[in-house]
Amino acid sequence: MATPAPVQEAFLRFVNVSKSYGPTTVLRGIDLEVARGECVVIIGPSGSGKSTLLRCVNQLETIDGGAVVIDGVPAGYELRGGRLRELSRRAIDRQRSHTGMVFQHFNLFPHLTALQNVAEGPRGARGLSRAEAERIASEQLALVGLAERADAYPSELSGGQQQRVAIARALAVEPSIMLFDEPTSALDPELVDEVLAVMRSLADAGMTMLVVTHEMGFARSVADRIVFMDAGEILEVGTPDEVLEHPTHDRAREFLARVRD
Amino acid sequence: MLDPTHADDSALRAAASQPLIRRRRPLQWIATIVIAVIAVQAVVLLAANPAFQWDVVGAYLFDGKVLDGLWLTVWLTFVVFALSVVLGTLITVLRMSPIPALQALAWTYVWFFRSVPLLVQLVFWFNIGYLFPIIGVGLPFLPPFIEIESRNLVSSVGVAIIALTLHEAAYAAEVVRGGLLSVPPGQREAAKAIGLGAPRTFVRIILPQALRAMLPPMGSMLIGILKATSLVSTIAIADLMSAVSAIYNRTFEVVPLLVVATAWYLVLTSALSALQWYIERRVGRGFVRRGTRTVRTPKIRVPEGAL
Repeated sequence: MATPAPVQEAFLRFVNVSKSYGPTTVLRGIDLEVARGECVVIIGPSGSGKSTLLRCVNQLETIDGGAVVIDGVPAGYELRGGRLRELSRRAIDRQRSHTGMVFQHFNLFPHLTALQNVAEGPRGARGLSRAEAERIASEQLALVGLAERADAYPSELSGGQQQRVAIARALAVEPSIMLFDEPTSALDPELVDEVLAVMRSLADAGMTMLVVTHEMGFARSVADRIVFMDAGEILEVGTPDEVLEHPTHDRAREFLARVRD
Repeated sequence: MLDPTHADDSALRAAASQPLIRRRRPLQWIATIVIAVIAVQAVVLLAANPAFQWDVVGAYLFDGKVLDGLWLTVWLTFVVFALSVVLGTLITVLRMSPIPALQALAWTYVWFFRSVPLLVQLVFWFNIGYLFPIIGVGLPFLPPFIEIESRNLVSSVGVAIIALTLHEAAYAAEVVRGGLLSVPPGQREAAKAIGLGAPRTFVRIILPQALRAMLPPMGSMLIGILKATSLVSTIAIADLMSAVSAIYNRTFEVVPLLVVATAWYLVLTSALSALQWYIERRVGRGFVRRGTRTVRTPKIRVPEGAL
């Protein structure tokens, strides 16, 4: 396995993270460090554990062993008396609002308008007033280029627009890290670019990002590092050039040959 | 291979400039006529049959006793509906809790109260005094603080409310559970991901969407309760059904008085259906498309106070 380059300021750390669903092991002792402001793209065949790894960061999945550490704080646990002890649900809810997540199927709230979708986090999680939350929400919608669709319900928006609203919603809680779980996989091909453009500008602005995607063009041009996963393990970590052009594992070579055409 | 129309392009062009001729659908017309004839016959049959005694129907439709019974039926329906939705929601909360003992309790409740016929439950609760003549309040295995004779505890209307509610709550629990299950799990995840706590997620995200799925069966349940209240006539409560049966037991005009009851039940059911239609439309926000999808010229309107 390619040893990761030493990271000066590890903002996100996976320490020997393991997870299984019944008899199936989905994560086998994952170790990975992500620096502040870094954009790390995770690639790999389906079922390799990429999404699960992402979902462990904001605790949509619980881990069976190891630790996920965000900005020095273990996610979902506290270090006390030399052991990691599970936190209360409330404390976990609070931790979650420091991460933003964008889902493959957008998961917008269908009964709320675009503006209400984005304002929900600031209102519900940060406890802001309605006016203040909606001010933040319209700012965020403007940043993703959807200021004039604030009053539209999700069903009235195109897939690309819905995903941009979802990005605005995730950003509205002012997360310190953004997680993208195959954000363009459910989109029509001509709508992919508008979403990738928003993600690219976010990376340029210095947001720490962890992205699971099959968009190799995006990975090559935006990622600081690429991680290749297979069968619950990290097989390759390195710059886009290292991983995409000079993979050291056969499984990585096979996968890249398949997605390249 | 050449399409036959392709050879004669000018004829096709000429035909295409003419209005299209739609296919005739004679079956539609035949069906309409047949149904109309049957409908007219049915009306004639009802109106002309002397056994219905329409004059008697007219005389009792707004009879004071009948209207009193009607009023009791109406409020009993709404009270039982409201209580069973509350109790049913509570049972669903237990059912969906992560604690196995609570799940088992909820399951047992639904199993029992859905299994025993409502009429049996009504008569059973009416006679509860034989089973538990004295009801006491206290701690387990200690002498009770308060003791009340159970036949003094609740009136027969109280018995009706209890029996109907316990029965209907079992159904309400299933309706609520079905509604909650209809909300895709991605919604809960999205709410978690932006840091919403469980109570806010439930009230703001899950419930409004679940409500949409719950309304049609809730409407049926409400109408079901309306009709089920007619069973309370068996425990001497003066509802609509008791009122008409009291009259026909005296006058033997059974059919016209059953028509009176039927007419009122139809009126009430129609009103409830209209109410359901109205509420469903209001809860449909964001689900019923206001315009066509995607490429639509956006109407530019920034909400007040947003900037």
